[in-house]
Amino acid sequence: MPITDAEIKDLKEKAWQIRRDIIDTTRWSGGAHIGGGLSIVEMLVLLYWKYLNIDPKNPKWDERDRVVLSKGHGGVGYAPVLARKGYFDFDLLKEFNHFKSPFGMHLDGNKVKGVDASTGSLGHGLSMAVGLAMGARLQKKSWRTYCILGDGECNEGSVWEAAMAAHRFKVTNLVTFVDRNQLMIDGPTEVIMPLEPFADKWKAFGWIVREVDGHSFKELADAIDYAHGEESAPVIIIAKTVKGKGIDFMENEVKWHYGGLDEELAERARKSVDKMYGK
Amino acid sequence: MSEGLTWTVRDADKLTQAEIYGEVLSQLGEQNPKIVGLSADLAQSTKIGTFAERFPDRFFNVGIAEQNLFGMAAGLALSGLIPFASTFAVFTSMRAAEQVRTDICYQNLNVKIIATHAGVSFGQAGTTHHCTEDISIIRSFANMTVIVPADGIETANAVRACVDYPGPVYIRIGRGFEPPLYEREDYGYQIGKAIQLNDGTDITLICCGITVLQALEASKILKDQDGLSVRVLNMHTIKPIDREAIIKAVEETRRIITFEEHNIYGGLGSAVAEVIVEAGKGCAFEKVGIPDCYSEVGYPEDLYTHYKLDTDGIIEKVREVMGKEFEEDEDWEDEV
Repeated sequence: MPITDAEIKDLKEKAWQIRRDIIDTTRWSGGAHIGGGLSIVEMLVLLYWKYLNIDPKNPKWDERDRVVLSKGHGGVGYAPVLARKGYFDFDLLKEFNHFKSPFGMHLDGNKVKGVDASTGSLGHGLSMAVGLAMGARLQKKSWRTYCILGDGECNEGSVWEAAMAAHRFKVTNLVTFVDRNQLMIDGPTEVIMPLEPFADKWKAFGWIVREVDGHSFKELADAIDYAHGEESAPVIIIAKTVKGKGIDFMENEVKWHYGGLDEELAERARKSVDKMYGK
Repeated sequence: MSEGLTWTVRDADKLTQAEIYGEVLSQLGEQNPKIVGLSADLAQSTKIGTFAERFPDRFFNVGIAEQNLFGMAAGLALSGLIPFASTFAVFTSMRAAEQVRTDICYQNLNVKIIATHAGVSFGQAGTTHHCTEDISIIRSFANMTVIVPADGIETANAVRACVDYPGPVYIRIGRGFEPPLYEREDYGYQIGKAIQLNDGTDITLICCGITVLQALEASKILKDQDGLSVRVLNMHTIKPIDREAIIKAVEETRRIITFEEHNIYGGLGSAVAEVIVEAGKGCAFEKVGIPDCYSEVGYPEDLYTHYKLDTDGIIEKVREVMGKEFEEDEDWEDEV
């Protein structure tokens, strides 16, 4: 279903909420991967509030769509989404990173309701997502699998092993995104280990590429709709994003891959996010 | 779910050791539609190809990409299936160690790993294809069950047992041309329970894999020639190890030697030593295996002889240990 303006308006409200939640969770946790959590907000909000066939009251429901956040350090962005969607009480996020909390930097699928695969070590998620999708197909299930990769993560050879397999096994019940925010820990991706020509690489591996503005619900939705209908090859949505999107002093800053927020910075951050949404 | 043998022993005689498990897996596949197979361009070599031929739609050859092999196996398990993933031990335990540990063990998934060509069984291929470290590495992964079957029939038993056994399982075998130990499957195989092949009171040989048969042969010769009463334990499950059987061996024989086609560090010997030492009871103990070096090239039989893992080597070692002086019971305060 093509996305409507009314839907986009609703989703923006949700995204504003999630960005505020990310700021709070970072405060409570003492420090988090806030830059890369913020860059995937639109992707997560769109999936969880428009596309995913899920039941938060039944996190292990057999017929549910699956999500693999291969860039598992995006947990600070993912956990608030799961909370707001009703998988668990939002207040649990106050324990993020605390001793024996189910919430750490990288969400544990055995501890956090709604998480379908435990990730964190980069390069593992796409293989698991391919396996999930193939398992669904073998069992004649109609549920879909969605995978979100980081761009720096695509340095890992294992990502390309999975990419080759997805083409080989024609895994088209899988929709994959890359959070192309151009930054990694030690610097920009194109300085550390260049990925360009990135789209060409995926095409060479037999994938169909859609390059979109990763913060545009419309462009993301159109790409997902296209992916749902494409049966000849797996689809990769290269989502051009801004690391730290929404918080002006973090946007495109290498150093905000990971950080903490004191109350003063948190207030500045909240104001910036409010401004983004015209509040 | 699992049934007994549906072919006669006569048929099993015609198969190589590894082919037996391939046949059993195919049978299990018929009974249980959740079973799927995977390999990394080694379906023929690992004999999981038998399953692949029977169920081409349920077998996935991922090519020479072991990390993806185990990542995909994890994904298939997450979708509710029971994947059997097979490749050489050197790749299961090292190339894809992180996938095995993080994707499979950490998530406690129902992936069953058949690691073949373990130890020095791939003889002429040399060190790059040998694996004398996998027991050590894999047993350090929480949630993993580690099994080293003595022969083809035991491998079939392990495969059958692990289908319903919860969580990840690692079954380590050779190339498939090893001499058979068992004639029939119904000897009471149970994951986690060592099998006493021969009772004895002078010394216990705790073995796994190909050394079990060699130790059994050695025990007969040692009885005839030296009048020794040698206990032989088939310790097929390294984790969870049969502590009871080890403590009994300590108390009833007071001398233990372990034999394994593995580095002397970290494998069966180390696992047995942990139990002995933590039990606080006195025991003469030695471990025999690959002496912390990279193996020579050679036919496996020659390598087993070289590393004292064959019958002659075991006899020699037993005589050596029996000839050593060590403190007898009376000197020990072994009631802890």
